[in-house]
Amino acid sequence: MEKMPKWADVLLIPMISLLLAALISALVLLATGQNPINALRIMVDGAMGSSRAWGYTLYYATNFIFTGLAVSVAFHARMFNIGGEGQALLGGVGVAYACLFVPWPHWSLAVIAAIALSGLFGAIWAAIPAFLQAKRGSHIVITTIMFNFIAYALLNHILVNVLKPAGSMEPATASFPAATHLPNFADMLGVFGIPFASDAPANFAFVIALIACFLVWLLIWRTRLGFQIRAFGHSESAASYAGISATKIIMIAMIISGALAGMMSVNNVMGEAERLVLNSAEGAGFIGIAVALMGRNHPLGVLLAAILFGFLYQGGTQLSIQAQVPKEMVVVIQSLVILFTGALDNMVRSPLERVFLALRRKPAAALSPEVGK
Amino acid sequence: MDIFALFDISILGGTIRMATPLLLACLAGLFSERAGIFDIGLEGKMLAAAFVAAAVAAVTGNAWLGLFAAILGSVMLSLVHGLASITFRGNQLISGVAINFFASGITVVVAQAVFQQGSRTPQLSGAARFDPIIWPGALTKIREISQASLPMKIYSQLISGHAIIVYMALLLVPLSWWILYRTRFGLRLRAVGENPAAVDTAGISVIRMRYAAILIAGVLCGIAGAYMSTALQAGFTREMTAGRGYIALAALIFAKWRPWYALMATLLFGYLQALALRPDILERAINLRVQVQLLDAMPYILTVIILAGFVGKAIPPRAGGEPYVKER
Repeated sequence: MEKMPKWADVLLIPMISLLLAALISALVLLATGQNPINALRIMVDGAMGSSRAWGYTLYYATNFIFTGLAVSVAFHARMFNIGGEGQALLGGVGVAYACLFVPWPHWSLAVIAAIALSGLFGAIWAAIPAFLQAKRGSHIVITTIMFNFIAYALLNHILVNVLKPAGSMEPATASFPAATHLPNFADMLGVFGIPFASDAPANFAFVIALIACFLVWLLIWRTRLGFQIRAFGHSESAASYAGISATKIIMIAMIISGALAGMMSVNNVMGEAERLVLNSAEGAGFIGIAVALMGRNHPLGVLLAAILFGFLYQGGTQLSIQAQVPKEMVVVIQSLVILFTGALDNMVRSPLERVFLALRRKPAAALSPEVGK
Repeated sequence: MDIFALFDISILGGTIRMATPLLLACLAGLFSERAGIFDIGLEGKMLAAAFVAAAVAAVTGNAWLGLFAAILGSVMLSLVHGLASITFRGNQLISGVAINFFASGITVVVAQAVFQQGSRTPQLSGAARFDPIIWPGALTKIREISQASLPMKIYSQLISGHAIIVYMALLLVPLSWWILYRTRFGLRLRAVGENPAAVDTAGISVIRMRYAAILIAGVLCGIAGAYMSTALQAGFTREMTAGRGYIALAALIFAKWRPWYALMATLLFGYLQALALRPDILERAINLRVQVQLLDAMPYILTVIILAGFVGKAIPPRAGGEPYVKER
C-alpha cells in the first residue's frame, strides 16, 4: 500500500518545499534590509497586476515550459540533462538560420521552419552526450555541463565570425525580416476583441508551448515508446529483460529533450529579441531543472511550475527596479526551490509519511485493537 | 614560426597561477568523490568563498582573516551538501546544482547590500591581499629579467613570486597522496567510495567518513576561493570563478581520481587558460590566428574526449553518487 495519498505527493510536498524556500528567501531579504511583505507586494503587482505584467510573466513562463519539459522527458529515462542551456543556445542558432536566409512570405511558414531547425540543432547538441553515455559510458551530467561551455564558445564564435553583419561591432546577428515576426498576445487576442498590452513580449510561442505540453503527455503516458522510456527509467535491468534497448531509449529520450530545449528559442529569439545575441538563453535552461522537479515531471505540473517561475522572474525584475534588490535574488529563490524539492525531498517527505501512517493506523485501531499493531 | 614562444617563462609562470585554484578545487573533488559523494558544487563553494574572503579582507584589512572566513563559508555549503546527500539521501547532483545557483545569486545580493558598488567588493590592497613572495636574490624588474640568464629567469618568474597559497597548494599534492594511500583514514575513505557496505561491516561509520570527506572538500574549496579574490585578483567580482569548479571536475576525471595526476591535469588546464590570455604569443608561435573561443573551450573539449574513453579509460569510484542505506 502507498504510504501517502497521491494528492499529498503531488500537491502537499511541493507546497511545503515552496514555503520553506519562500521562508528562507524572506530571511535573506530581511537580512539585506528589505521588507519581505513589501517585496511580495511589488512582485505580485509587477508580475500579475496588469495585462502587460501578465505578458511578461507568460513570456518567461514559455521559456520555462520548454526547458522544464526538456528536463522532465530526460528524467523519465533517468537521465539528468543539465545541458538545456547549451541546447537552447544552439536552438537559437537554428532559429537565426531559419529566419535570416529564406525570404518567408508569412510568419506562419517561418515559424514551422524555425521550430524544425531549432529543434534539430538542440537535438544534435543533446545527441552527442547521449551517444557517449549509451556507447562509451561517459556520465551524461558531466558531458552535458561540458557541452554548455562548448556551446557558449561556439555561439560566441558563430556570432563574432560568421553571422555578424559587416561593419557591426556588436556580437549579434542582423534583425530578422519583418515577415518572420511572430504575433504577440495583443495581436492574437485582438482577433477576439480582447484588449491586451501591445508592448508585452508574450507571443505565439506560448501556444506552441501548450501544444508541446500536450504532445509530451501523449508521448509519455499514451504511447508504447513512452512506456518504454518510463520502464527504462524505473529499472534499467528490468527494461533490458523485457527487450527494451538501452541505447535506443537513451538516444531517443535525450534527442526529444534537446529538441524541446532548442525550441525555446522560437520564443526568446524569434518572438522577442527578433535577432540572436550572446547568452540569449539567460539561464532558462537551468531554471528548467527547478521547473521539472517542482512539476513532478508531469506536463501539467511543468506548466504550472513554469508559470510560477515566470512570476518569480518577472516579479524579481520589478523588485530590482523598484526596491534595488539585485535581480540575482531570483537565482537565490530558484536555488532554494531546487534544494528543497530536489535534494532535500526526504527531509519533507519522511515526517509527512509518518503522519499519514499514524493517521491511517488510528481508525483501524479503533475497529480492532490487534490489527493496528 | 617560433615554437619556443609557447614555453615562454611568463606563460609558464601564469600557468602556475591559473592552475592553483583548479588544483585546490580538484583535490577537494578528489576527497569528496573518493568517499562516494559527487560534488558538482565545487564551483559554488569557490565562488562563495571568494566573496567571503574579499568581503572580510576588505572590512578587516587582513587577508588571513579573509581566508579563514572563506573556509568557514565554504564548509557551511559543504554541510548543506552533506545534509542533503548523506543524511537525507537526496540526489547529490541536484544538491550540487542548487549550491552553485545559491552561491551565484547570494554573493551578488549580499555584495550589493553590504558594499553597494554594483555586486563587487572594494579593491583590496596592502595586508588585505596575499602578496607575491619574492625569494632571496630573485629579480623583480621586467627589464632586469629580460636580460637575465635562463636559470635566473626560471628562478625569478617560475619559482619565486607567487602568493603563499600557491606553495600551499603544491604541498597539498604529496600530502593528499600520503593521506589517501598511506594512512588508515585514507584507506577507509577510499573504501567508503568503493564499497560502503564492507566498511560498515567492519564497524566504521560510513556517514562519519563521508562527512569527513566533504568537510575536507569544503576547506580546500575555501582556500581556492580565497586565492581567487585575495591573491590572483584584488577583490570580488560577479561570477569571478567563471566555471573553474567545472574545469576542476574535468581535471579530476582527466586525473582518474589520483593526486599526482591531478597536479598534471590542472597544470595542463592552467596552461591553456594562461595561453588564452595571451593570443599574441600563440600567434607568434604557430603563425596562425587561433580563435580565442576555441582556446576557451579547449578544457571542456579535452574532457569530453577523455570521458569518451578515447585516451585511456577513466573509471570513477564504484559507489559514487549512491546514498548509503544501512539496511533494506
